[in-house]
Formats: sequence, structure tokens, C-alpha cells
Amino acid sequence: MSTPSKSLLVQGYEVVIGFETHAQLSTASKIFSRASTAFGAEPNTQACAVDLALPGTLPVMNKGAVERAIQFGLAVGSHVAEHSVFARKNYFYPDLPKGYQISQFEIPVVQGGSVEFYLGDEKKSVRLVRAHLEEDAGKSLHEDFIGQSGIDLNRAGTPLLEIVTEPDIRSSAEAVAYAKELHKIVTWIGICDGNMQEGSFRCDANVSVRKPGAQLGTRREIKNLNSFKFMQQAIDFEIRWQIEQIEDGHAIQQATVLFDPDTGETRAMRTKEDAADYRYFPDPDLPPLVIGREWVERVRSEMAELPRVMAQRFMDQYGLPEYDATTLTQSQAMAAYFEAAAKACGQPKLASNWVMGEISRRLNSGEVTIDALPVSAGQLGALIGRIQDGTISNNAAKQVFDALWNEGGEVDAVIEAKGLKQMNDSGALEVIIAEVIAANDKNVAEYRAGKDKAFNALVGQVMKASKGKANPAQVNELLKKALG
Amino acid sequence: MSHPSLHQLGVAELAVQLAAREVSSIEVTRHLLARAQAHQDLGAYLALNEEAALAQAQAADARLAAGERTPLLGVPLAHKDIFVTRDLPTTAGSKMLEGYRSPFDATVVAKLADAGMVNLGKLNCDEFAMGSGNDNSAYAPAHNPWDRSRIPGGSSGGSAAAVAARLVPAATGTDTGGSIRQPASLTGITGIKPTYGRCSRYGMVAFASSLDQAGPMARSALDCALLLSAMAGPDLDRDSTSLDHPAEDFATPLIASNSGAVSAYSESDGGQKSFKNLQGLRIGLPKEFFGDGCAPGVQAAVRAALAEFEKLGATLVDISLPRTELSIPVYYIIAPAEASSNLSRFDGVKFGHRAKQYTDLADMYKKSRAEGFGPEVQKRIMIGTYVLSHGYYDAYYLKAQQIRRLIAQDFQQAFTQCDVIAGPVSPTVAWKIGEKSDDPVANYLADIYTLSTSLAGLPGMSIPAGFGEHGMPVGLQLIGNYFKEAQLLGVAHQFQLATDWHTRAPAEFQT
Repeated sequence: MSTPSKSLLVQGYEVVIGFETHAQLSTASKIFSRASTAFGAEPNTQACAVDLALPGTLPVMNKGAVERAIQFGLAVGSHVAEHSVFARKNYFYPDLPKGYQISQFEIPVVQGGSVEFYLGDEKKSVRLVRAHLEEDAGKSLHEDFIGQSGIDLNRAGTPLLEIVTEPDIRSSAEAVAYAKELHKIVTWIGICDGNMQEGSFRCDANVSVRKPGAQLGTRREIKNLNSFKFMQQAIDFEIRWQIEQIEDGHAIQQATVLFDPDTGETRAMRTKEDAADYRYFPDPDLPPLVIGREWVERVRSEMAELPRVMAQRFMDQYGLPEYDATTLTQSQAMAAYFEAAAKACGQPKLASNWVMGEISRRLNSGEVTIDALPVSAGQLGALIGRIQDGTISNNAAKQVFDALWNEGGEVDAVIEAKGLKQMNDSGALEVIIAEVIAANDKNVAEYRAGKDKAFNALVGQVMKASKGKANPAQVNELLKKALG
Repeated sequence: MSHPSLHQLGVAELAVQLAAREVSSIEVTRHLLARAQAHQDLGAYLALNEEAALAQAQAADARLAAGERTPLLGVPLAHKDIFVTRDLPTTAGSKMLEGYRSPFDATVVAKLADAGMVNLGKLNCDEFAMGSGNDNSAYAPAHNPWDRSRIPGGSSGGSAAAVAARLVPAATGTDTGGSIRQPASLTGITGIKPTYGRCSRYGMVAFASSLDQAGPMARSALDCALLLSAMAGPDLDRDSTSLDHPAEDFATPLIASNSGAVSAYSESDGGQKSFKNLQGLRIGLPKEFFGDGCAPGVQAAVRAALAEFEKLGATLVDISLPRTELSIPVYYIIAPAEASSNLSRFDGVKFGHRAKQYTDLADMYKKSRAEGFGPEVQKRIMIGTYVLSHGYYDAYYLKAQQIRRLIAQDFQQAFTQCDVIAGPVSPTVAWKIGEKSDDPVANYLADIYTLSTSLAGLPGMSIPAGFGEHGMPVGLQLIGNYFKEAQLLGVAHQFQLATDWHTRAPAEFQT
């Protein structure tokens, strides 16, 4: 059962994609031991007796990992299971010290839910099957030693939340949009640092194609997509490859494939025939995970406002258009910046324009991050306030903003120092207007003959004579009056 | 020096003498280390650490000299080699772990050390605690002190042999399907397997996680009570299956019940056996434990012990544990399933045995495990792997778990009619070394009276009840409801106040 809204056919084929994402949970210690989870330490310095699976060691559940799973479940509208079970997935590999991975199999902690997002103008919803807690394995280092493999167990036992979708995704663009939205959710609620280079957020895409209305095709799983760019390339390649195979009369074999960014191609790692029998069974070292309603409610009450909820509030409370509200809630820091600026000046739409304009432009250029902007929300608010009360013009405000950005300072002081204050003294402006009228007979005659352009030329002359400090609205008004 | 000889003293008696400063811990420790050396041919010890033991004894003597009086201070013991220890190698009776040193002590080891006990060494056991004769040890087999040609039981066979031969006053053991109770029974000593989760499993080399439980083995219920008081207690930060149930003082109530006792730790009742201290106690006798499969000599000893209980005022009640027979297939599915997974970590990669020659990774795994594990362990890994395999899981493992729940319910039904359950521990006395090695089914059937208790997670104990065939010791099994260790120990203590089976020593080790 799937709920595709509009299927985009590729050479007459419908694309069907499901996602499995491993989000590394942001706990300080591991899921079943007290060793640190910090990234980048010397190999095997952050693996304790439990992580090394020394004889006699036993796992003890890290409550912080459970709490993060609950947060995720609440964020995507899932059922948080009151009773879930840890199971052992048995297989031999040198970077798996116990010879089994502790995971959840039959009864996961997070059940159902959905991730909603916009793909262009179209609202999409991808249903989740489940999200379960599990431990990560260590790392095998095959390239660092000649004729041998190194094993680094620092990562062994790192808490992961594996998030599994229904096969609801219908294009590579939708896949990337889903992954970005999921990334936004886990970083927003703070359960994952989202660092894709360090492997904190790893996506596997199950891709198949079929003729519209046909049974699901055989899928191939692209493993470890660790950037959004490669994700799109890999899926696009995989779709083309599968269609070619089918068109050439070959059946697709179920397989696990890797994407090679250098060639832009996917290649098979192992086929279904090699699939291991993992002999899952409930881990007798861990009692069932019991999550009481009170725990869920406490987590709910302590959770940050979710992006979807916040965007709706921005529309209701500040009267922002949906586009603005959605854009501003791309990250918590951006939303917080906007809200502080809006409150400081009382002009939400203007604040939104500035954040989505000047601020975003600078952020996109990559020179700064949202957490370290040289102009504070308070400064921006004060600046907008000075536009609003007529102290400076929009153009002058941009100059003030540049100055604040590059040199810092206080808004009024910068306006003063740069002499950017608008001329709000009508007496002085009337003098300038009289002089301009006297010096521009031609334009005055043309205006009186009904040529609007001539009026604009006179406004320009007044603005020039005032060195840009005149308030354009006031100039219009006084000039019209003077010309009668 | 002292009379009787130091090695004849049990834990309670030694504690009294140590507290009175009549003997020092270092004297006792030296004496027992020498005795262990002299009896190495018994195969009880796998390792001794003289230096560490003497240092611990010295420390205990200093605490005693400073006036500290805690029940176990300065009393020596030894640990089954399934508990990891920093001071001594830990082999689990396997070549796989030959020379392995743990960087930490098992919780039980640490708790007994904190109580001031002196660890003499590590005791022989069946490889990874799999066996009932100690003949599956990868090292020398342990012998029964009552007849060296016979097995001492297993898997805690070294512990049983050492205590029975008076090499040490007490030892730790572990019980997965009877590994404390059966060797205690076959060597004429007292042992208790507490409720599952009472003692921390942290630092016990795992065999079957849902069944493994540590317990003391000693010469009397009082001695076991003294040890268990120090061993039990929650360890929630290290063992998630540890029960959040406070530690108890199991010994003081027993001492208080010594009516007419002359001194604090005396077990003498002045020859009187007329106290009816068990008045009102209902002892359930499961009819499934008294069938044809039990040797006549064993039955007779058990019946005589039950008659003794009646004299003490207890009432015997006929009960039924209808799924007793099913406990054998259920146990031999669940335990190997868990073992097959628990033993996966022994892959030659990080610790333990690694084959010297191999062609690739898979070859290294195969050779390391084929060389490191003995035949019984390999057999159980294969059974366990099979029952967990895709397509067989539901038929075997899942079904076994369902029956396991029914077995536990049977006990709860039985406990509505009685307070404790009694019966034999083993259907026979100790058999000859090698007698059953070719007949695995006979070996497994011999566990019939102990497996159901383990599957239900209930506390059970074995107390000496006389002698059966070939003059070999027979144990009486007492099974209590969850957390009823105090009651079990109390019942056993009353029996031991009234009888002297527990004081009998094998002829060779009487002096």
C-alpha cells in the first residue's frame, strides 16, 4: 500500500524509493557503556571493557538514548511503544566485538509516524514504518596497513536511531527533500548533530522501478549516502541503470550497492545469495524497554517547538506569508534570530525581509554561520526601528547594516557618524525645494503641462541637493504643494 | 596449635576464632595454600596466587587487630574459574581463554573481597560451565574426594571437590541448570543457587544469560548464609538483569534460631533433637521427582531426610510439577541458543586463542574456534545456532520460551499448597569418570531435577542427606519461592542442627 500523489514517470517507469537512515544520537556516552562517544579520538582510546566485549561484561541501557528516541517519536507523530525489546543480530566481523549487534527487531521503540515537507509547491508526506535503537559497530581500516586490517573500536557501541520509511518516495528530488527534512528534524530537536561527513547521519536508499500499476520491482539498496549531492546522483544513476537492465531484458537482482562519487556509478557489494541468517533473538542481558506515559509526557513538555508548529505560529502570530514562515524555520537558530529581531522592532514582515534578504545572502555566501553573525538580532531590530520611524531611508539602512557588519557599533551612533539621518525638518526642505524649482524652469513647465516624468526629475534634484537625507515621502508631499 | 586442624573449620567457626584472635588469617591462609599444593592431584584448583592471598590475609589481620569485627573478615575462599579476577588468570575451563587476564574483578569477587575474604585461587569447572561431571574441563578433570575414580559433579566440580576435601572452607559456584546443587549433592556439601538476579552476573563468563546465577558452596547452611549475605544485592549500573532487591543478612536469623546454643557461631544443639522448630512448615513433594528414574539408594536417603523433617514438625504434602520432563528439552534449547551467541565473542580477534596458521578471515575464525573450544562446547554452539536459525526459531526457541513460562506457572501453582519443595538433586550418586562421556543423552537426563528450578528462576539448594550407592553422598534439594533464600537457609539450618550429615568428611580428608 503506498500513497503516491503524482507519479513522475521516467521513460515510462515509476520510481519507488524507501529510506533507512542511521542517526547517531547525541549522548555523551555510549548506548550500553560509559565510554565517551566523542568523534576523532586516537583509535581504541574510547572503548571500555564493555565495548571490547571482554568476558563477563554486560550492557546497561543509556537512558539518554531512549529519551532521544522518544523525542523523535513525538516529533514525527509516532506511537512510542510502552514496551519494546532489544534483540541480538548475530554475525561475525572483526569490528563487531561481541559477534552480535544489539538492536531492536520485532518490537521497536518508535512505531509509525510521518515526515512532511514541500517539494516545490507540493506538500509531501512520507510514512515511517519504525525507528529503533541500536548500537554502532567499530571501524575496519583496510587501507592504513599493508596486508592487514586495522580495527578501531571507538565507534563501537555508539547509539543509533535507525529510521525506516515506507516505499513512499517517487523521485530522487523527493528523496533528497525527505532526507533534508529528516535531517532538519533530528538536528532541530537536538538528538543528532547531523554531521554527515563524520557519519552522524547516514542514509541508505532502497530503489526499484516498475511500470505504473505493476507489482513492486526488485530493489537494490544504495548504502551510506553521506551527502545530499551524492544522494541525488546515486539515485539518478541507479534509476537509469535499472531501467536499462529491464529494457535490455535483464531481471534486477536484489543487491546491496555502493555509490562511487568519482565515477558517479553504483556497484554491487553483495547479492541476496550472500545474505546472512542473523539469528535474531531477544537479548537475555537486557530486560524489555518499558516507557511509561509519564516519561513520554515529561519529554513532550520539555521539547522544543517543532518546525512545522513554529511555522504555523509565525503565520498566525506575525502574519507572515507561508513562504516566509517555512523559510525562516529551516533552522532553529534562524528562527530564533528572526523572532528576536521581530520583537525588538515590532515589524515582523520587515524583520523577515531582512533575515531572508541581507542575512541569508551573507549566510549563503558561506562567510559566516547563523550562530556567529556579527550583527545581533537586537541591532537589526533597532535598525528596522529607525527605518520605520523615518530616521533613515532604506538605502541608508543598508549602509548602516554594512557598517555594523564590518565594524560593529551601535545603530544610532553609526547613523550619526555617517550623517545618514533623514532631513525631517520641513523648513529646511522647503528652502531646498524652492531653490530647485527656481533652478529648473524647464522641468517645472513640463510638470505643469502634465508630464509625470518631470516631477520625478524634480524629486531626484531635491534628494540630490539634500545629499540623500531627505525623506522621499516628505519630498513628494512638499514638492507637490510648492508646485501648486 | 589449634584443634581440630584449621582446615576442618567451616566459615562460621573460623570467623569465631579469627574474631577471638585465636588464629590469624595469615596462619589459616598459609595452611590452606600448603594443603592445596599437597592435593593438586585432586584437580580442584586451576590456579593459586600465594602472593596476593597472603597480602589479603595480612590486610585482614590488620583490620582485625584494629578491632574490626565483620563476619567474613580474614576467612579464605576460592572462586570458580568462571568469575573474572585481576589477580589470577581466568580460563572458564577452556583452552580458548588460556592465560587470559581480566582488567577487572567480577562484582561477586569484589564484594567478597570487600567483606575481607582472602582469595586463594581459581577452581576447576566444566568448559564455559557446560557439563555435569567437570570432565569437560580443558585442563585436568577434577576428582570426587569420596572416590577419586568418580566425578565431583559439575559444572562447579572444582568448587565442590575443594570444599568437600577441606582444601577451603567455602567457594563460589555458578548454577545454570544445576551446576551448584548437583556437585554439592555429589560431594556431600551445602550449596545454594539464589533467585535469578540476586547476585550480579557482571564478571561471570556468560554461558546462558537468562539462567546463570552465582551462589556459595560450603559445608553448612550457616556458612552459605554468611557468604550469600555478602554476595547478593543489586548491581544495576553493571548488570541490567540484577534485581533491585536489597541485600539481606541471612546469617543472623539462623544464629538466633540456635535454641540452647552455647556460643554465637556454634552449631551444637547439645545432642537434643527434640526441637520442633519447623512446626507448621509444609514441604511439597513433586511426584515427578520420586519416580522410577531415581536410584534406590538416593531415594532411601531422601526419604530418610524427609522423615527427619517430619520429626522437626514439618508436614509433607504431595504436589505435582507436571512439566518436569519437558524441562530437559526446553533447557537444552534455550541454554545452547544463548550460549551460541554469548560465545561468538571468542573469535580470535581481540583476546583468547587465535590459530597460528590461517589463509583468510573466515579461516582464522574457523580454526581459532575449532582449536579453542572443546567438543561439548562446540556441540552446544551448533545446537544453539540451529535452533535460532531462520525457519526453526518458532518451532524451537519460541516454543521453548512458551513452555518455560508454563513451567514457572506450575511452580506458582505448587506454592499455593506448600512453603518449600523437596526432592532429590540428582537421580544417581556420582558416576565413574568417563562412564557417561559417550552418552550425551544420559548426561542431559541426569539434570532432570535441577533444570526446572533454573528455568523458573527460583532459589534452590542442596544439603547433605546421607549416602547412597557405593557409599557416595546424596543431597536433598530444597526449592523455595522467589526471594525465599532466608527461608530455605533456615529450613536447611534446622535440619543441620538435628543431623550431622553435613559434618561428614571423606576418609582421606578427615584429618
